[in-house]
Amino acid sequence: MEYFTRFMIGGLIVSSFTMLGDVLRPKSFAGLFSAAPSVALATLSLALLKEGDGYAAIEARSMVIGSIALFLYALIVCQTMMRFRCSALGATILSLPLWFAAAFATKFILLG
Amino acid sequence: MIVHTKWSALSQSHWYEYAIRFVLGGLATVFTGAIAHSWGPAVGGLFLAFPAIFCASATLIEKHERERKQKIGVNGQRRSKEAVALDAAGTAIGSIGLAAFALVVWHLIPDYGFGAIAVAALAWLVISIAMWRIWRARPKVWRSG
Repeated sequence: MEYFTRFMIGGLIVSSFTMLGDVLRPKSFAGLFSAAPSVALATLSLALLKEGDGYAAIEARSMVIGSIALFLYALIVCQTMMRFRCSALGATILSLPLWFAAAFATKFILLG
Repeated sequence: MIVHTKWSALSQSHWYEYAIRFVLGGLATVFTGAIAHSWGPAVGGLFLAFPAIFCASATLIEKHERERKQKIGVNGQRRSKEAVALDAAGTAIGSIGLAAFALVVWHLIPDYGFGAIAVAALAWLVISIAMWRIWRARPKVWRSG
């Protein structure tokens, strides 16, 4: 039941932000909504309710590191699309290892 | 260019494209919760900024832009790639706002609970828009490449 609730809340919030991104122009402004805290809003709210504020604070601390990784990831996707003959699917999937490397290496350095 | 809405863009998407994004968003939330349960909140928290639906969104932007150009008899290959690149640039800028969101939650949630999440959402919006405006106002010599 908990996972079903997570699924519904997450799906609803993510869909709302992506629809907002669809209708907004210019494209670069709409892109801000691809980095909206949609999954975070659902997850941190549920974590606060079920696990308490200490647990949610630890998640948020790691999220700062995840955001740095997202910044690098999006920058690489942008440059790949501009400079190489690559599809959107190819560029976004091939750049994913960079997100993992940046996120886990920074976590290891800063938090152990 | 002034920020505006283009409601007709909603009709460009098929119902299954909305369904895919709903399912991916739901799965990303379940996945993040499961990782936090298995490996702890310090690892789970990283995935709160995981580009879970970015792949699907970028692919849809590319498809819609290409179809839109092909309708008027133009090969939309280059324009569709530029549209995805611009969306990715917006995401990079938005990730600075996302970091601000996380910082606010991290520092305020022990004292303010859900109020901290509301303030953090506002911080995300304000910082993201401010960073986007700074990026738009950058000198032209920085824009090449």
